[in-house]
Amino acid sequence: MPLSIATRNHQPVWRRRTTRAQWALWSAWLVGTALLVLCSKVIADNTTWSFVADAGRQAGDLIGRMLPPEWYYAGELWRPLWDTLNIATLGTGLGILIAFPIAFLAARNTSPHPALRPLALMVIVSSRSINSLIWALLLVLILGPGTLAGIIAIALRSIGFIGKLLYEAIEEIHLTPMEAVSATGASRLQLMSYGVLPQIMPAFAGISVYRWDINIREATVLGLVGAGGIGLELNASINTLAWDRVAVIFVLIFATVMVSEWVSAKVRHAII
Amino acid sequence: MTGGRGETITTTGHAVTWRRPPLIRDRRWRWGLMAGTAVYLALAIASIEVDWSRVVDGLARGAAFVAAFAQPDFVSRWEDIVAGILESLTMTVVSTFIGILLSIPVGLGAARNVSAWPVYMFCRGMIAVSRTFQEVIIAILFVAMFGFGPLAGVVTLAFATIGFMAKLLAEDIESIDWRQVEAVRATGAGWWQLMNHAVQPQVTPRLLGLSLYRLDINFRESAVIGIVGAGGIGATLNTAIDRYEYGSAAAILLVIIAIVMVTEYASSHARRFLQ
Repeated sequence: MPLSIATRNHQPVWRRRTTRAQWALWSAWLVGTALLVLCSKVIADNTTWSFVADAGRQAGDLIGRMLPPEWYYAGELWRPLWDTLNIATLGTGLGILIAFPIAFLAARNTSPHPALRPLALMVIVSSRSINSLIWALLLVLILGPGTLAGIIAIALRSIGFIGKLLYEAIEEIHLTPMEAVSATGASRLQLMSYGVLPQIMPAFAGISVYRWDINIREATVLGLVGAGGIGLELNASINTLAWDRVAVIFVLIFATVMVSEWVSAKVRHAII
Repeated sequence: MTGGRGETITTTGHAVTWRRPPLIRDRRWRWGLMAGTAVYLALAIASIEVDWSRVVDGLARGAAFVAAFAQPDFVSRWEDIVAGILESLTMTVVSTFIGILLSIPVGLGAARNVSAWPVYMFCRGMIAVSRTFQEVIIAILFVAMFGFGPLAGVVTLAFATIGFMAKLLAEDIESIDWRQVEAVRATGAGWWQLMNHAVQPQVTPRLLGLSLYRLDINFRESAVIGIVGAGGIGATLNTAIDRYEYGSAAAILLVIIAIVMVTEYASSHARRFLQ
């Protein structure tokens, strides 16, 4: 704990922070508050307040239109739901295939050449920075609407996530097994396969399942830009203002995500 | 012959070969999972419908887009880009602040060891709803309620922040060192004093770290929810892509990547400083 002794009348007085730390803290608070007020002002200026005043009524109206949900519509949703699951699962699989070697290139202790490491890190950061929906927007333009664009969008976003967590796991491995394996005269690849791989396998499986769970959630909205799945139906229902159908879709999404979260928690629990 | 941890040692003649232990030890589970995966992959891949002629047409566009990354056009839409980015950044700051502020009571309520049962159920339900729906879906609803503009975005991101932060905060509170709570309680402290002096000091460092992490996430999300009209750079990006202005779209993506890199670097430094 940072504490300092100041003196008053030759008597030591306990203080929690040094004068300098206290000033730094206060100025940080000042800058933070000023920034927050400024940002709030910008938001407030760009807001149409008459709409906001109306928000309560709008919300009531929306809920009124959603109830009762048009339950029989759920029968038409199995195919889009299947597509959504496929987008998430195949996308995660594709992402894993690409992220796996990239993680080895990005980890400090396994990177084969110092020039490759920044390149791999660059790939990881770019993939992480751009949301799967933006990837989908681009891919729909290139590949046309459909599940393929969704799968690749999910894969491109997953590379960064899996790659980052996996290379951090690789950097944290113990050196002892690696030394033992290399003492037997193992080649570089054998060292990776017998010294590194067994150590990161549980982390790798956990990360993959975790990302799959996130991807299910992401895949539900890709259809809004035309990349297949249940989002297509959602978009269609919203555009036709069929809020009773939207409610059914919401319930289905909620259930799917809950189940996937449960599955992912179970699997991770079993692994770790 | 089977070893203690499932390593299989087979003897062929005189030589003894070692085989690495499989990831899944139970043979039935292993084969079952493999067969299931194969069947699923076959079914899933068969159900992808691809219009190959459309893909071939699109490849030229894809090439044009990749080329645009080599020559991003920052100039022609510069004002839109600056306005969009500033809006995204302001949305990020305000929504993160509001979200964290609200996630503290929700997180307290969702921690089983410090809250009453009905409050616990309510807060857990709120977290579940917030975490289940992707930000874009929430944004659609808030845009319908608050109209187009950054306020809908701020509310969306704040709501998403609550789900994220409150869950982690609740888990953190549930795993605190209970002896400190008992020590403070023994002095006759009330519930508020207990929270302030026994619980809060134990969770603050992690809360600060998570807040910085969430700031990062909120910026990234703010770039997306503009697609459905909730303000930020997403609207500009969507327009650029819709108009096939690849140069501008590439410029916007590069700006987003640069900002995310800067914030990620800054927040990792700040987190190290805080801990």
